[in-house]
Amino acid sequence: MSTDEQVLSYPIPNDAALDPPAEWAELRATCPVAHVTLPSGDRATLLTRYEDVKQVLADPRFTRQLNAPDAARLSADGGGVFSGEMATIIPDSGEEHQHWRRLVGRWFTAKRMNAMRPAMIQIAEDLVDDMVKRGAPGDLRASLGFPLPVYVICDMLGVPAADRDRFSYWSDTLLNLTRYGKAETEAAQGEFFQYMSDLVTAKRAEPGDDLLSELITAGGPENGGLSDIQILVTGMALLVAGHETTANMIGKMVSMLLADRSRWERLLADPSLIRTAVEESLRFDANSGFGLPRYLNAETEVSGTILPRGTTVVCSMAAANRDETAFENAGEMDLTRSPNPHLSFGSGAHSCLGQALARTELQVVLEVLLRRLPTLEPAVPVEGLERVEGLAVGGLREVPVRW
Amino acid sequence: MTPDHRGSIGKEDMDMKVVVDEARCCGAGQCVLIAPEVFDQRDEDGVVVLLEPEPAEDRHDAVREAAAVCPAAAIQVDEDA
Repeated sequence: MSTDEQVLSYPIPNDAALDPPAEWAELRATCPVAHVTLPSGDRATLLTRYEDVKQVLADPRFTRQLNAPDAARLSADGGGVFSGEMATIIPDSGEEHQHWRRLVGRWFTAKRMNAMRPAMIQIAEDLVDDMVKRGAPGDLRASLGFPLPVYVICDMLGVPAADRDRFSYWSDTLLNLTRYGKAETEAAQGEFFQYMSDLVTAKRAEPGDDLLSELITAGGPENGGLSDIQILVTGMALLVAGHETTANMIGKMVSMLLADRSRWERLLADPSLIRTAVEESLRFDANSGFGLPRYLNAETEVSGTILPRGTTVVCSMAAANRDETAFENAGEMDLTRSPNPHLSFGSGAHSCLGQALARTELQVVLEVLLRRLPTLEPAVPVEGLERVEGLAVGGLREVPVRW
Repeated sequence: MTPDHRGSIGKEDMDMKVVVDEARCCGAGQCVLIAPEVFDQRDEDGVVVLLEPEPAEDRHDAVREAAAVCPAAAIQVDEDA
């Protein structure tokens, strides 16, 4: 398709809950640098090939300055997680970004995640117990997928998990690009900001054994630490990121594995495949949401196409993950695939800070479900699964299961 | 299995040298999850620590996988060493 004749709407409409839209393969083959129209009506450039997405996400010329005056607005009123004022408080690039990343990243090392694993297993076991007590069928999303990551991130940050319904709403208004109006989004973010501000004040008076307390006691910028506003926004960002993404991925992973019984049985027979099965679920997720937007403040070339200064680029990691030139039998879910250099966590200096946490949570959920509920099965056919609409992060509204 | 049946004759006999780029490292932790005998992360900032620059043969597969999936491309593996 020629870029000027047909302009695709993005996100590409897709009714199938687990399968990719037909357009992906066509775009990768014939139009890897495609013009699209966003929900706001603004134009952007969509990338779908593995090599392009991988390079662009790791290239600092493709900035995260989505609040630039000529950057495309993603949602109709220009709100949302990528373009708010909040996005400018955490350093965007270079040494300052790396400094921030390393201050916070120490909390997300593989070693720390391994140390947290027994506690995560206990949380998952308790949630499964509760679901079983309520009786089949149950909603795996509400029973396990959502509460587990919320409990874990709240514990890390030192935030009361009892307030999770409020976070859930606040994070939804940040991540949803179409559902809420500007006034509602701003009111919710104001409440969220005030909540975190009060929490930081309380922790400064009485530090606990958690990430926020440690960032506070490390001192301000003059001591190599973060400013108060940076600590506050870091807390908000981690709560949102640690909340909705993994929660949705748990439901999608289990749905994909149960959609073909042989996948589930293979894992029952050989639980040592859990690690590679989690990676393949991340790669195979065709409902991963918006992708990652980037803004160009200088003319640049991608795949032989010149992109002018001011272009907003959208990287579809999910489309790139299905690229046959990067993955053999990309359309097949292969639970033993290794290596699996999927782009679901991005690539380069900005790749997901919490990826070791997400991986550990997904592995724990799978391990506990295989052990405790080996007879787990979908309570509705795949066609009955519905996507959550409008979220920057894709998910399923419900994951009905029985056992 | 005799060497004649191998797809890559003699590859297993080669030495492997691993180099990590601390400045590029983004602390994703994939290398530690995949090859914990060869890689670690510093407690203070999550940056990669190379425990075994010349890993034993039984770790070569894991090291290759860790290098292939590193999101920051911060692990170089030299097998012609």
